[in-house]
Amino acid sequence: MLRFIAGRLLRAALTIVMVVTFAFVVLRLSGDPALLILSVDAPPEAVAAFREAWGLDRPLWVQYFSYFGAILQGDLGQSMRDGRDAIDLVAERIPATLALTLPALALKVGIGIPAGVYAALHRNSATDRVVMVMAVAGFAVPSFVLGLLLVLVFAVQLGWLPSGGQDSWRHAILPVITLGIGGAAVLARFTRSAMLEVLGQPYIRTASAKGVSWRAVVRGHALPNAAIPTVTIVGFMVGSLIAGAVVVESVFSWPGVGRLLVVAVSNRDLAVVQCVLLLVAATMVTSNFIVDLLYGVLDPRLRTARGGGKG
Amino acid sequence: MDDPLVRISGLRVAFDGVPVLRGVDLAVGSGEAVGLVGESGCGKSVTWLAALGLLPGKAQVTGSVVLDGQELLGAPMPLLDRVRGGQIAMIFQDPASSLNPVHRIGRQVGEALRLHRGMDGAAARAETRRLLDQVGIPDAGNRMEAYPHELSGGQNQRVMIAMALAGRPRLLVADEPTTALDVTIQAQILDLLATLRAETGMALVLISHDLGVVAETCDRVAVMYAGLVIEEVSSARLFDAPAHPYTQGLLSALPPLDGLPRQHLAAIPGSVPEPRALPPGCAFGPRCPRRASLCDEQVPLLVDVAPGQRAACRILGADVPPAFGLAAA
Ligand SMILES: Nc1ncnc2c1ncn2[C@@H]1O[C@H](COP(=O)(O)OP(=O)(O)OP(=O)(O)O)[C@@H](O)[C@H]1O
Ligand SMILES: [Mg+2]
Repeated sequence: MLRFIAGRLLRAALTIVMVVTFAFVVLRLSGDPALLILSVDAPPEAVAAFREAWGLDRPLWVQYFSYFGAILQGDLGQSMRDGRDAIDLVAERIPATLALTLPALALKVGIGIPAGVYAALHRNSATDRVVMVMAVAGFAVPSFVLGLLLVLVFAVQLGWLPSGGQDSWRHAILPVITLGIGGAAVLARFTRSAMLEVLGQPYIRTASAKGVSWRAVVRGHALPNAAIPTVTIVGFMVGSLIAGAVVVESVFSWPGVGRLLVVAVSNRDLAVVQCVLLLVAATMVTSNFIVDLLYGVLDPRLRTARGGGKG
Repeated sequence: MDDPLVRISGLRVAFDGVPVLRGVDLAVGSGEAVGLVGESGCGKSVTWLAALGLLPGKAQVTGSVVLDGQELLGAPMPLLDRVRGGQIAMIFQDPASSLNPVHRIGRQVGEALRLHRGMDGAAARAETRRLLDQVGIPDAGNRMEAYPHELSGGQNQRVMIAMALAGRPRLLVADEPTTALDVTIQAQILDLLATLRAETGMALVLISHDLGVVAETCDRVAVMYAGLVIEEVSSARLFDAPAHPYTQGLLSALPPLDGLPRQHLAAIPGSVPEPRALPPGCAFGPRCPRRASLCDEQVPLLVDVAPGQRAACRILGADVPPAFGLAAA
């Protein structure tokens, strides 16, 4: 088990290094921050001074290694716009993003999983068909289209809810729904097929044959087994708590991490972009790690394969 | 049989309108061991799954299954849940996938104890351990903490049997319990079933492809073909005086008794008809060496051909030599 955890941690660290490197290279190759921040017709001396101040005049590999060295010491750099620490800029946006993504996650799990289970238990019924049509639709409609649609109906036409901004909890309703529906749809379809797969297994028939009531079969013999694949999807959703709202934050002018990222990218504000990406990668990697540990808890076959745990 | 434990009569099952059982009649007496044989797809499993209400909802089931004077077909769910495992237990072909991979085996056996004998906690653990002991799991006390994937196929089948015994059923239906196992393990499991039957006095239905195995373990054998029981005969008479040409064909398909493992039944020319394209009259007609024109007229009924022997063949009694060169046997 220890070896398993060490291996996963190493892989997690490698993933983060790769993300950071990729972001570094792409950002340096895709435009000059000096020209963007100072504007194109800034005097050449000013541009040169800016480059020197931010170390942009040094060779790329020197920049790369000094950047990494700084990260290891906990220094994620400063914004080129206002010189504030990138980490502070990002950190102060996190609560706003979580205010959308956490309720959206609850919506996804709270609607998606029960809908999928219900559909599987009533396979081919009218309800099953309705759930699946809605799931396909919820999955197929891009979130900016859905967001705009909701704004059109509930903000513009009906005037029930605000269309953007962050002044009260009412402002969060439309973005949360926009975020939640797609995920609920994905989760419903996934849960349904996981349940159908499990319900077709011989051990379900065994449980019925020994006199377990159908309710208890579903609860005790189907749900725990169907949870194993479903956890993967939920884990992925947890991993996107920070980065999953980029589009929706833009549509609803919600001042979260996603919006910060969009602005920072268009400004080539290198330290801020890299800081966001680092945070996103860390969240993803952490949730993957937790999912892996959960697999071991849910599935004794994996526990043994990893050579640990109580067998 | 005057007062059987279970009487199946006129059992019909159709999937999406295609009939796969066409009126099965079968009775099992208290403590009796009955073998059920026939080629793949003839409806052996479906018969008992239907009797216990375990078929998927799309199956249309009619007829009657009476246990102790109580009709099981269409019975309310709570009654069925008490019968399943408590009166009639069933074990299946593939023990590895028939046990839930995420629960410890002790818990799976204990579940049956709780349901049918109201046992919990320490009492249930002690009884689980005793049952695992009884079916020959070594080191039962520790093994109850194991998961199915940590046991061999043969051990898993023993766990299935322990689970079936937990409810003290009056009938155990073993659906090809050894097909997925090694030859040496097969014999051990069959021995175990015979021993347990002697110890507990429960009745046994042994579903199998192997006539030899069935005749050895059972008092009586029912032979099925294309959704019907076509012969019922005591094991003693089975080898000496099989009545139905199909039974005769099955017997001649057995390899000689020279110690080689028996093969699956395959040596009758032709193949089993598709359930959706049955020939008129006797379904075995097209493969039957003694087929006559009256065979195509109507589906033959099971009738007495000798004391303790019934067969569904209209030409029996006609003066035709036995088929498949069995005269020498
Ligand atoms: N769930 C199902 N849906 C549709 N058809 C089924 C289903 N279960 C069984 N059948 C059909 O019913 C017929 C009888 O099947 P059954 O499983 O009883 O055969 P069997 O005699 O047990 O054969 P085997 O020796 O292969 O186990 C087969 O034609 C099979 O295809
Ligand atoms: Mg079968």
